[in-house]
Amino acid sequence: MLIKQLSVFIENKVGRLEDVTKVLKDHNINIASFSLADTAEYGMLRMIVSDPEEGRRVLREEGFSASLADVIAVKIAQKPGTLHEVLKILFDAGLSVEYMYTLSTTGKDTSIIMKASDLNLALEVLRANGYEVCSDKEAYEINNINNK
Amino acid sequence: MIWNETKECMSRDELINLQSARLKKTVSHVYHNVEFYRKKMQQLGLEPGDIKGIEDLHKLPFTTKDDLRENYPFGLFAVPQSQIVRVHASSGTTGKATVVGYTRRDIEIWQECVTRVLAMAGIGINDKIQVAYGYGLFTGGLGLHYGAENLGATVIPMSTGNTKRLITMMEDFEVTAIACTPSYLLHIAECLEEEGKLDKIKLKAAICGAEPWTENMRKEIENKLNLKAYDIYGLSEILGPGVAADCEYHKGLHIYEDHFLPEIINPQTLEPCKEGEIGELVITTLTKEALPLLRYRTKDLTNITYKPCECGRTIARIGRFKGRSDDMLIIRGVNVFPSQVEAALLELGETSPHYLLIVDRVNNLDVLEIQVEVEEHFFSDEIKELENLTKKIAGVLQSALGLSVKVTLVEPKTIARSEGKAKRVIDKRKLYE
Repeated sequence: MLIKQLSVFIENKVGRLEDVTKVLKDHNINIASFSLADTAEYGMLRMIVSDPEEGRRVLREEGFSASLADVIAVKIAQKPGTLHEVLKILFDAGLSVEYMYTLSTTGKDTSIIMKASDLNLALEVLRANGYEVCSDKEAYEINNINNK
Repeated sequence: MIWNETKECMSRDELINLQSARLKKTVSHVYHNVEFYRKKMQQLGLEPGDIKGIEDLHKLPFTTKDDLRENYPFGLFAVPQSQIVRVHASSGTTGKATVVGYTRRDIEIWQECVTRVLAMAGIGINDKIQVAYGYGLFTGGLGLHYGAENLGATVIPMSTGNTKRLITMMEDFEVTAIACTPSYLLHIAECLEEEGKLDKIKLKAAICGAEPWTENMRKEIENKLNLKAYDIYGLSEILGPGVAADCEYHKGLHIYEDHFLPEIINPQTLEPCKEGEIGELVITTLTKEALPLLRYRTKDLTNITYKPCECGRTIARIGRFKGRSDDMLIIRGVNVFPSQVEAALLELGETSPHYLLIVDRVNNLDVLEIQVEVEEHFFSDEIKELENLTKKIAGVLQSALGLSVKVTLVEPKTIARSEGKAKRVIDKRKLYE
């Protein structure tokens, strides 16, 4: 299934990233995982958080450009060659990966966040090849559960 | 030297007689050949015979850039197309160009004016001059070119865009004079410095214009390049470069009053200013055939003095420009109105109406940055999408303005909202100080 990623546009200004994390902290929103892409002028912070809708609401309230984007979280075994295999399945289906990052490495599987050019087709081909994906709840809480 | 002593050093009485005769002729010409002026004069209850001399100038209607635009392209031309030998055009406020035309006689007068400017800067037949203004629709390149040829100097028509080649030729040809924008000349000076060639060049004079510049910039240019730098003023609506220029005393720009009748008015009340008082420069052409203009509002703020200059010229001098009475910016010699940017962005329809223009000078070249807020409706979590958007905005603005633009995306609501008139422009160049 598809999960919601919280994306925030951040200008390259001192303290701006910290402003984002403070807003989330003040509203008791946990960051399960994140990736920060940077360009010369701005950054794009992509996060899997405990409550993406609420996260977007509070960030917008504080004046940030924040939005939700659909991504998938695929589980892969922690052994050599598995990431390559997943990418090959997507490539063979004619899909491209816009970006990806690690959601969690604790437990027996690693879970990877992916944005593919066609997410539903990606889900379909991954499932057909026996791969599991995280549910939204599972993704948002993944590292909390593991910590317990 | 003084190229045309008869005209540049006339007594005030003689000049007024000449101006009055030419004004009467111009008024009659536009009344009979330009519907726009005939209607305007009729509305004011004026007939050509009511204008008996320059003392009646204030009775005549003003002309604005909007009038030129509304009569796009040739509506204000006073001669049939068969007599027009050239047109030039500059970018307008809404994307429509301001088109100007010249008869053969107009071109001759234009080159005479530019020749006077070059002679005033000490340039003559033994000089080799690089004309490094843009050639084409812009009046800078061809204007200087014809004037320099008429003078008899050796003209090297560089145009703009290839500084390396310009420097090579400057050195190899032993070029002695250059005509270009002052910011470009400073850029050339820096390139010469980097290549260690400052002492290899033979430049002695520079004719700089097409954009406002400061006395400090002149000093910097003169010190770096060991030459004399002169200021040339003009606008395509009136002529192109060569309406006025300064002499070796640099105490204001001599305006060629035998062809252009200047006034300084208060831009709010439209009443004349006293001699020396700062106001808007208004020019009536006295000899133009193709596009004669009555009381054209230049929007340039300056003052005027009629005192004869130490150089011997008696024609009036206008002071260093103090700014504009509208919001036009001159960036790399190109006229830019914030409204053009707004219109282009609105047409694109993908950005917020909040934008900010930042004009700065980096390594002596003007750079225009436009900040656009990233709003929810075009936000994307994919950087390539944001970069495509930036490129798209830059592309649209480049074709609208004729100028390359750096687009910067900023967070929403970071561009200050002001009450009433929004602050859309930050000009860091400080050109009017």
